[in-house]
Amino acid sequence: MLKQTEGSHAVAEAVALCRPEVICAYPISPQTHIVEGLGEMVKSGELSPCEFINVESEFAAMSVAIGASAAGARAYTATASQGLLFMAEAVFNASGMGLPIVMTVANRAIGAPINIWNDHTDSMSQRDCGWIQLFAETNQEALDLHIQAFRLAEELSVPVMVCMDGFILTHAYERVDMPTQAQVDAYLPPFEPRQVLDPQEPVSMGAMVGPEAFTEVRYLAHVKQMQALDLIPAWAAEFREAFGRDSGGLIHAYRTEDADTIVVALGSVLGTIKDTVDALRDKGHRFGVLGITCFRPWPTAAIRQALGNAKKVVVLEKAFGVGLGGIVSANVRTSSGSPESVYTVIAGLGGRPITRDSLARIFLEVEAGTAPALTFLDLNRAVVDRALARERATRRSGPIAEALVRDVGLVTAQLR
Amino acid sequence: MFQIRIHGRGGQGVVTAAEMLSVAAFLEGRHAQAFPSFGSERTGAPVVAYCRLDDREIRLREPILEPDALIIQDPTLLHQVDVFSGLKAEGLVLVNTSKSADSLGLAEFALSHPAVRLVMVPGSELALKHVGRPLPNAALLGGFAALSGQISIESVEKAVREKFPAKIAEGNVLAARAAHDHVRSAVGKAAHAQAD
Repeated sequence: MLKQTEGSHAVAEAVALCRPEVICAYPISPQTHIVEGLGEMVKSGELSPCEFINVESEFAAMSVAIGASAAGARAYTATASQGLLFMAEAVFNASGMGLPIVMTVANRAIGAPINIWNDHTDSMSQRDCGWIQLFAETNQEALDLHIQAFRLAEELSVPVMVCMDGFILTHAYERVDMPTQAQVDAYLPPFEPRQVLDPQEPVSMGAMVGPEAFTEVRYLAHVKQMQALDLIPAWAAEFREAFGRDSGGLIHAYRTEDADTIVVALGSVLGTIKDTVDALRDKGHRFGVLGITCFRPWPTAAIRQALGNAKKVVVLEKAFGVGLGGIVSANVRTSSGSPESVYTVIAGLGGRPITRDSLARIFLEVEAGTAPALTFLDLNRAVVDRALARERATRRSGPIAEALVRDVGLVTAQLR
Repeated sequence: MFQIRIHGRGGQGVVTAAEMLSVAAFLEGRHAQAFPSFGSERTGAPVVAYCRLDDREIRLREPILEPDALIIQDPTLLHQVDVFSGLKAEGLVLVNTSKSADSLGLAEFALSHPAVRLVMVPGSELALKHVGRPLPNAALLGGFAALSGQISIESVEKAVREKFPAKIAEGNVLAARAAHDHVRSAVGKAAHAQAD
């Protein structure tokens, strides 16, 4: 059924349609509306049987999810930013033990300095934690990915993280097509755990493994993710059959066939990029767009094929490896015939708006060959230079963040 | 695409206004996207919310930099925030006030932007009368429907009823209708004056 609703609420409804049995969460912006919505549905009895457990921290949230999943329950949680970092140890445990938990990450920056706005630093910090990581482009895809995520997680016994841009998607009202319970039931079979805590047949989970088998346990985790590379597109195709729309899969290519330059990105910024590319196409510039839906496992073959004959690749990313540069770019270079033609553009950090004007400018610079290998989009060079000058002039130059906020001025008076 | 930017203060229902506007457009079969400015929402702090309307899927996620219409929920922002930033030459401006444009210090703006349609509507007063609280958002949407023709007052009423519990919705519907009538007659008078 078509409805106009908030992204968080759409995701909450979709998760409820997946019949989770245990939901545990600790509130953190911009994830809060999702778990609030689910909490209301459990309380009203609309979502039943399901236990909603208020926990005292994100570490506890993931620990409860692990316990619930180990006991054979379909378990769900959601978090963001510092919350994801606080649960990090348990995040690795969930994947290490192969427990098929589904978690939404409402992407937000990581402090310090504290910042509640959107970027991808939180989920990128956990990119090697052994979870499957899927990135939603729209609220429709966000809700669809959750339905696919439960099936994928439970089939492989691997946890899945569904990443959606905080605020930009979670707080946006837009049209979504909400599936029926019957449709979801037909697509997502009941949870049949590969391992379960059962007093009749006792097992040990999370046992110590020494050097004699640790490599093999880790290798099997890798094998499962490689299996996901086949399952994800197959089930996205099945999803299209059942629900009538394209959602999920490994990648989404847009106008790439004859593109000289392909822009690669993850998440909601793809929409703005497509509009920008359409405008550039109208002026004769042959750009294309490659959206990466599945970031872990990394779909090497699919990306290599999609980048095909492009002369240049621009990777636009909302996080970066400090001291290195692009994280997604580093991955893209492993899938490119000519790594030196892959340009990195870091954008949208801590919620900075990514505009068509700025995108078009940097894309044309890349096309013309005048862009550096690494660009920070819309960087305020004057403010940076002032900070560096301060450090040269004075030993006790003080906290950088405080000085920059003062230099930039009153933010509430600005619109962009 | 038609783009609306709503300026107000935390606690005035600015974000809810954008959401209801998107629901009203959705009910008319259009695509609509509403989103807040994502600031740290505090009561009284300047807040911006955005709404895009289109007949096809809206992919754009940048803030609205060149609005077709502005709804100013709090006139004290007029000289505090650059609310007119990027407004199209023939843009629409709806200000929540019982004062005149001149007494708000907008005479100069009106002169330098002759194609902008600037309309005042006492949204807070109408809300106080019909809802019992000076929360002008629903009233202003009624006014916006009359000013822009982008949505009908009936869709605004449906959206208000979808968003608020029945008791609160009724007062807001009345406020929206009253503001709609007020703006329609103000726009009618302006058109008449121009024709003269």
